Amino acid sequence: MSLNAFITKETLDGSDDGPLAGKTVAVKDNISTEGLRTTCGSAMLEDYVPPYDATVVELLKGAGATIVGKANMDEFGMGTTTETSAFGPTKNPVDESRVPGGSSGGSAAAVAAGEADLALGTDTGGSIRCPAAFCGVVGIKPTYGLVSRYGLVAYANSLEQIGPIAPTVEDAAALLDVIAGPDDRDGTTRDAGADSNYAAAADGDVDGLTIGVPTEFVEGADEGVEAAFWAALDELEAQGAEYREVSMPSVEKAVAAYYVIAMSEASSNLARFDGVRYGKSGGYDGNWNEAFARAREDGFGSEVKRRILLGTYALSAGYHDKYYAKAQDARAWVKQDFDEAFEDVDVVASPTMPVPPFELGESLDDPLQMYLADANTVPVNLANLPAISVPAGETDGLPVGLQLIGPKFGEETIVRAASAVEN
Amino acid sequence: MSDTPVDADEVRHVAELARVDLDEDEVEEFAAQFADILGYFDALDEVPEVDREDELVNVMRPDEVRDGLSQEEALSNAAETEDGFFKGPRVS
Repeated sequence: MSLNAFITKETLDGSDDGPLAGKTVAVKDNISTEGLRTTCGSAMLEDYVPPYDATVVELLKGAGATIVGKANMDEFGMGTTTETSAFGPTKNPVDESRVPGGSSGGSAAAVAAGEADLALGTDTGGSIRCPAAFCGVVGIKPTYGLVSRYGLVAYANSLEQIGPIAPTVEDAAALLDVIAGPDDRDGTTRDAGADSNYAAAADGDVDGLTIGVPTEFVEGADEGVEAAFWAALDELEAQGAEYREVSMPSVEKAVAAYYVIAMSEASSNLARFDGVRYGKSGGYDGNWNEAFARAREDGFGSEVKRRILLGTYALSAGYHDKYYAKAQDARAWVKQDFDEAFEDVDVVASPTMPVPPFELGESLDDPLQMYLADANTVPVNLANLPAISVPAGETDGLPVGLQLIGPKFGEETIVRAASAVEN
Repeated sequence: MSDTPVDADEVRHVAELARVDLDEDEVEEFAAQFADILGYFDALDEVPEVDREDELVNVMRPDEVRDGLSQEEALSNAAETEDGFFKGPRVS
């Protein structure tokens, strides 16, 4: 049976040589590929064919990679399971009755099943790290501004980054080396990463590394996940690292802050889909506001409508100060807690996901419960930091991911630490 | 529960602002879910005021002409076009 990892399977060849020559890459379907349909997992964009390539796609082709298809995803990246895709859910290759995580579930499943050597995902609140953890592969969410977002169909601009998914830390770092660096078409990119060699940092040397473990990230985790997490830390300690508990009270508010900010940005970003310039128009006539509202009812799924409406509500007169302004305060508080933690430790560690992969269908009825599963990943996006998820054992035969968070542009540190977990 | 209760009328109002039609079942479902979700967001009331130390700088570049999409490319995904323009629904 197919895993449904791809929405569109088609091969785009890259240049003849380069660091990724001979490698196949799955590209998440919210990253623009010239001449190749890019749906964002949405019926709204079922027939949308971008007239240009995203910067990361140009870089992949230039590095010799062969793109093998557009990977399935939660609609517009809005989900933690890949079940909100208008093209049906992707199955987890480790256990096909389970979800692969999301929103980059197709990317992670393709890599875990060997349907692609490598993949690109996007991470707005954990959408690379969650599916990497659930499928037993490696995923990196880069520092905000390390990788160009030009050609990425925006969901929440201030939070999201494109990043690599791969079977090993070194492979993920090598793919990050290809896509990292400044781009004059994305004003938020920085000079960091221009001549990077993150792959060389995958040397497994953690002697003298200090690891902070925020108690807030471990409390309430599934027992089997917690056991695998501590076993991984003991293994790093045996290799010369030391760990200590740290406290980050702000992260208790991170899920609320993240969803208010992400939904608010989504409500603005997705206003462009009215079926006139692109997307499904439905061909409705009459008052144009009504025509647009009907086109958007047809084109968007429930989770997307839910987030657009909640974002509109959070930004509306009378509620802006209560929700959006407070969420920005919480975001600054989370950044401050990380800054303080990094005065004493080199990396911060947590289970990537507090739970093992959900069963298919398990989480669709209760959106709030699904949001709470992102508790350990969203603080990283709020603080603009880099983080990696690396496989760290199993619970009942299901993969567990260890998340290692670094300071701003500290990609080498998290790559080095994660490579020791593979030893 | 939230101190900002959400009823069906409020969901309809927000849906209108957002230009998203909803059927009646969705309105009822969203009203119940929004009460839960907004109730959870009330936790933000306890967030202390924090000094924001954003090091924001403007990123400038020379304003130079460069190649963009051709008119044909720009129109290639539109459902309806006329004489090289996008064609939308009537204004009223």
